Formats: sequence, structure tokens, C-alpha cells
Amino acid sequence: MTNINTKDLIKGWDRNTIASKIANDLPHSSYVNLGIGMPELVSQYIKEDREIIYHSENGLLGMGPSPNENEIDLDLINAGKKPVSILPGGSFCHHADSFSMIRGGHIDYCILGAMEISVTGDLANWSTGKGIPAVGGAMDLVAGAKNVFVMTQHLTREGKPKLVQKCTLPLTGAGVVSRIYSDYAVLDITDDGFKVIQLNEDITIEYLQSVTDGNIYQ
Amino acid sequence: MQINKIKKDMTEILSDVFDGATIMVGGFGEAGSPIELLHGLIDKGTKDLTIIANNSGNGKVGLGALIGQRQVKKVICSFARSAKGVTFPELYNKGEIELEVVPQGTLAERIRAAGSGIPGFYTATGVGTPLAKGKEEKIFNGKKYILEQALKADFAFVKAETADRYGNLTYNKTARNFNPIMCMAADISLVQVKNILEPSEINPEHVITPGIFVQSLINIENPIIETNAIEEGMTYP
Repeated sequence: MTNINTKDLIKGWDRNTIASKIANDLPHSSYVNLGIGMPELVSQYIKEDREIIYHSENGLLGMGPSPNENEIDLDLINAGKKPVSILPGGSFCHHADSFSMIRGGHIDYCILGAMEISVTGDLANWSTGKGIPAVGGAMDLVAGAKNVFVMTQHLTREGKPKLVQKCTLPLTGAGVVSRIYSDYAVLDITDDGFKVIQLNEDITIEYLQSVTDGNIYQ
Repeated sequence: MQINKIKKDMTEILSDVFDGATIMVGGFGEAGSPIELLHGLIDKGTKDLTIIANNSGNGKVGLGALIGQRQVKKVICSFARSAKGVTFPELYNKGEIELEVVPQGTLAERIRAAGSGIPGFYTATGVGTPLAKGKEEKIFNGKKYILEQALKADFAFVKAETADRYGNLTYNKTARNFNPIMCMAADISLVQVKNILEPSEINPEHVITPGIFVQSLINIENPIIETNAIEEGMTYP
């Protein structure tokens, strides 16, 4: 697998389009944990035919959107330590209960970013191997949530595949990812490799294979 | 004579804290972080501390200040890379402070287990990752788990919203976080609390931490707000 010149890359779905695809796949009444960053966009694309309850691992179930400037309470924050709100029907709990929701398999979907995902569903997203090691709740989430969805660019900024035969970075979890939403495709992790569920309309399966370091099939 | 866990000042509440102690520090980021108790420890000059917390401090306030004063030899936490962290990164990069990284949920459960008399537990969190190194593995129903041990401490430093003289506590929103389980896991829990009420004024249905888990209280009516303090350039001492 050689590096691809980033200038020659086909432009894929933008992050809002990816977020809306994920939002469409979350069933009514799901309990969902959205990772910090890009996955937070998903909540903006939930259709009115369903209600989703958001969990923030610092002890908040029923998380709402960012408050107005005059309603900010620094005791009401999300896992990214940003001010948020609580919706009617929401609740607070302590950290052990909050992670029992995760470890005990009560969280239906966890959506998070990735540095590398292997063909067997291994995920690396917490450490580049450099700097101060800091894991937060990522390892708990991928080990405990019923379904782990990854939202990511298909390639790194340097044009290297993020979908790989084997991860080279320190793992967050082994065999934990169920589905990948990239700018090029939606793919499931299966025994036979990355199964394409939906392909970006501008690219071919051959192109997708050329930018993926692992078997792809439809 | 009545039970009364309320101490008159910082000197009294911190009188038993000793050099080399292991201290759990409540809070998730700044929410629920016992800044005044930590500043009291700076004034006292207690050193060689092991700190168990979720984070490693922001700016030079609270935990960030205590670390900056080189009173901490080791931090056990899940996320030591705070956006406004300055003192921990500086000492860590010089190799002058130890770090043990623990996944957040495992950290919470190790603390809860210690407070509940459970010496260890098996979890799937961390299996197959660098953080499983050296840990016993066991298979239950065909799935692999690792053994994690309970995590206890000499002291817990906690911030609560309301208390009575028995040490019954309530918290404010997500400032609850690690505080209740740390009260359970430490030999001695020291609590700074915004409001002290009469015992009859806290509805027993609303008590989050029952007084049995709390040894000492101090009333801090207007605690420092970390975000504002850092914006204003505050440093402690």
C-alpha cells in the first residue's frame, strides 16, 4: 500500500452528510453516547419520527444542547468539559453508576472517532504513542456499548488509509467496532472483511479498495 | 452530646493529612473540584502525595497549583491532558512526576469496589490494549476479561453542595461525578460544602452520600470558580 497524493483524492461526503447517515440509523428510543468532536454533529440530524436519549459519561443521562451564554452553569458540563443542558426527563448519577450504564451494556450506541480501524474491528483512537498518555472513557465505551460506530475520514491527513489490515497504534479495544461511517462509504466489520453497506456516489468499489488496506466486498 | 462533623477552619480539617498520603480528589475537570481544600494543602506544605483523580489540573489553581508546588509525586488518573493544564505537563515532560493511566470507568469502579469491600473485579475494558499488560486474564462465557484491583486512599477531598452536621451530602448536577464514590473509598473523607443546613432540612430521599462515608466538613460558601480564576490569571499561592 503506497501513500496517495492527497491532491488526487476524490472529495467524499462532508461531515454533516456522514452525521445525517448515522442519525438515520439510530432507532427510536436508543440510548446513545456521542464522542467528543465530529460525532457530536449526529444529534443535529435526528428526525422528528424518533426520540434519542444522550448519555454523557460524567454522570448525565438526557443531555441537551449547549445553553445560551446567560444559562451556562459550570457544574453542568459534558464529557468534553463543555457547558451543556439537561432535558426534561434527564437525570444525574455518580461516575460508577454512569460507567455501569456503559460496562453493563445499557448504552445502545456509542459513536466515536478513529485513528485506525482494523479489518477485525480493532480500534485505535486514544494514543499516537507520543505525548502524555490520556485515555478518558474511550476504552470503557468501546468494551461496553452494545454497538460501536466509528465516524471518520477514510484517509489520514497524509493520505494514508485508516482502515487497515492490522492497527499499528496502541489499541483502544480489540474486535469492538461494528460499523464504520467514512466520507467514502458505510462499511460493516464482518468475518470476510469490510462489507460495503453504502458507497459514495462519486467513487467506485475499485477506488475504495485502492484506499483501504484490507479486503473490501459488496 | 451531638455528633458534629463540621470543623471550624482549614487548619483543623487538614490536621491529620500527612506527608506521603494517598489522596482522592473529586471533580471532573472543574465541576466538583475541591479547590479550597487543595489550597489548604498548599498552605500546609504536605508533600510526596499520590493523587487519584480524573484529571491532572488546570492552570495554577487547585490541583494544578498543588502539582506546581511539587507536592505531588504521582498522579493516578484517566485523562492527564487537560486543555488548560500547565503544571502537570511541565513536570511530566521533565520526568519529575509519575503517571498511572486508568480508563475512566475502571477508575470509577476500582474506587467504588474499594469503598464496598470488594478487592477486585473482572472487566472487558482494556482487554487487548497496552493497559492490560501484567493483568490477570480470565474467560467468562467465552469472553476475555482482565482483573482490576480496588483502589483505596488515606483521604478523599470532596466538594458538595449541601450538608448537615452528620455529613449527609447532596451535589449540584454533574459536579457529583467521582465525589460520592471517593467518600466511600477513603479512610477519611474531607468535604468542602457550599451550604450547611439543619439535619431536618435535607430530605432523606435526596441524600446522595449518607453521612457514614464522611468524617469532616468545612463550609466554603463562595468557592473559587476555576474557569474565571484562570481567565483572571489567578495563581496559588
